[in-house]
Amino acid sequence: MSAISVHNVSKSYGEILALNNLSFSIEDGELFGLIGPDGAGKSTLFRILTTLLIADKGEAYVAGHHVVDDYKSIRQKVGYMPGRFSLYQDLSVEENLSFFATIFRTTIEENYHLVKDIYVQLEPFKTRPAGKLSGGMKQKLALCCALIHKPEVLFLDEPTTGVDAVSRVEFWDMLKSLKEKGIAILVSTPYMDEASLCDRIALIQDGNILKIDKPQHMIRDFDKPLFAVTTSETYKVLKFLRNAQFTASALPFGSSIHLTTSFPVKPSEIKHYVERTGIPVDDVSPVEATIEDVFLELSNKKTI
Amino acid sequence: MIKIFWAFVKKEFYHILRDKRTLLILFGIPVALVLLFGYTVTTEFKDASIDILDYAKDDASTELINHLQSSGHFTVNKFISSEAEMDAGFKEGTSKLVVVIPNNFTSDFYDNNPITIQLITDGSDPNNANTLVQYATNMITTFQRNKLQQPENPFIINVEDRMLYNPQLVSAYNFIPGTIALILLIISAMLTSLTIAREKELGTMEILLVSPLPPLLIILGKVTPYALLSFIDAVLVLVLGYFVFKVPILGSTILLLFACLLYVITALALGTLISTVSKTQQDAMMRSLMGLMMPSMILSGFIFPLASMPKVLQVIGQIIPATYFIEILKGVMLRGVGLKFVIYEIGILTLTTFLLLFFTWKNFKIRLE
Repeated sequence: MSAISVHNVSKSYGEILALNNLSFSIEDGELFGLIGPDGAGKSTLFRILTTLLIADKGEAYVAGHHVVDDYKSIRQKVGYMPGRFSLYQDLSVEENLSFFATIFRTTIEENYHLVKDIYVQLEPFKTRPAGKLSGGMKQKLALCCALIHKPEVLFLDEPTTGVDAVSRVEFWDMLKSLKEKGIAILVSTPYMDEASLCDRIALIQDGNILKIDKPQHMIRDFDKPLFAVTTSETYKVLKFLRNAQFTASALPFGSSIHLTTSFPVKPSEIKHYVERTGIPVDDVSPVEATIEDVFLELSNKKTI
Repeated sequence: MIKIFWAFVKKEFYHILRDKRTLLILFGIPVALVLLFGYTVTTEFKDASIDILDYAKDDASTELINHLQSSGHFTVNKFISSEAEMDAGFKEGTSKLVVVIPNNFTSDFYDNNPITIQLITDGSDPNNANTLVQYATNMITTFQRNKLQQPENPFIINVEDRMLYNPQLVSAYNFIPGTIALILLIISAMLTSLTIAREKELGTMEILLVSPLPPLLIILGKVTPYALLSFIDAVLVLVLGYFVFKVPILGSTILLLFACLLYVITALALGTLISTVSKTQQDAMMRSLMGLMMPSMILSGFIFPLASMPKVLQVIGQIIPATYFIEILKGVMLRGVGLKFVIYEIGILTLTTFLLLFFTWKNFKIRLE
């Protein structure tokens, strides 16, 4: 039995289509990532699966229960961490955790083993109001609160947004160890670099799933030659490359340009080709694709 | 279940006790309102300054003037000599009333000739003018009776009035019940609607919904602390009224407290109903201020008598819980009546409460939309 299964789910807010006919499933003990920019429909999907919204079309099951007909059973079995920090800011760390333990009919002691690794980091601040914690600490506390009742399925909506790099790494380590305890985790993130930490990912944009696969497979299947072009004249080079005969796509990527070509070309040829027009180019070198390249490639294809 | 309920109540108390603003609304507003109403909303007056236009200038007229001042209600500001000077006093605001005593006052008075004493007031302030005229008329009548040693004139109808239950027409007797009704409404209805709206605004409602908590428990857990605190407020206002403004409690205290509790629950039900339709705290605030406070203040008979309003407003006044609660309070506190006499009002309040709770329960959203 799948921890989550979604069949042809659509949802729109008035005219705006938030989710367009989504289908996928997540197995027990799987860490599944929903990767996409803001406004892709990630939070809407989370809310449908956590029984907070009703889909316009399609069916969905969480832990074997239908999200509409059997919403009460689901509410016993899932842990949910909304995209926005949603704990009581005026209650202390300990009071928050103990409150959420109680409303789920359990105690901190009973399930302490589940949150122990995370909670030891919070322990020094346990009398501090939750609102006065740092961003990373807030998210760790929210994770504790979502975990304290030993959920079968865990929903984490952008848990690492607004969290510093070190805390993000720690957070993902925690997710990995939770997964090993057999909890299915659906996590969303706008950070492409976090995608490779998931077992499987779905790339989502404008309410459509572009692709679902293991992140390693996505990178492996990226079959076009890929080059990183670094230059001080990013915009000019970009414009020029887009009209070049060998170019499949040229997209800004951080401070450089990622160029894919429709047929094999040598990096030096590309460099000379550009430099002939008088625009300086610092370096052109072949690079390995990342999830972001896959995403850009797919979303580019869709818009063309 | 009980354990979960108490955890919720405890959490709610933490919110209240840690938020200075809520605490201020809870305990600052009642005291401030009572004192404000107590010292400002009053129909009594002392030492109203009056002008005298005495054409007679004889013994009896001097005695009358002394008599007017003897009560402490009036002090003579100025003796004027012509009608032309009257205006000046009103315009400067130095005089509220002019008493005009005609010529030959003494002789006409003892000869039992008809005398007309003119009382001229500033009609731009009708309430005040009416009261002044009433007081002055009373004093002139007693003056006549005392001086002539005559009992009641057998040939004319004498009207003698007595104000039962509040013989001195102390305004505190009216505003204490009204203030209790208002305060309980603000605290119970506004604060509960705010606190539920706050959970929605901060997103914590989202987590509460995705938990096994039944909606009824969320509502009850939210309102119980406020019910308790509102009840304490009711007692606080009663005590203030009793000791500071000497408002008596003639009837049964138990019945009075029971009525307060019932009204608190009605107001809480109203608050939760408001919260089911408001998404933000601001929204909840506007709804409770506009939808509850204003009508309860104006249409409950607290400030303006219901009977003198247009039919439509009277009907609206009839569906406002505060109207009935003020009736109960006045009955129990001032007239000392028992349960039998307020059973109708209590019945209406109970019915209203159940209706409101039913609508709240029907309206409570188990999802986000």
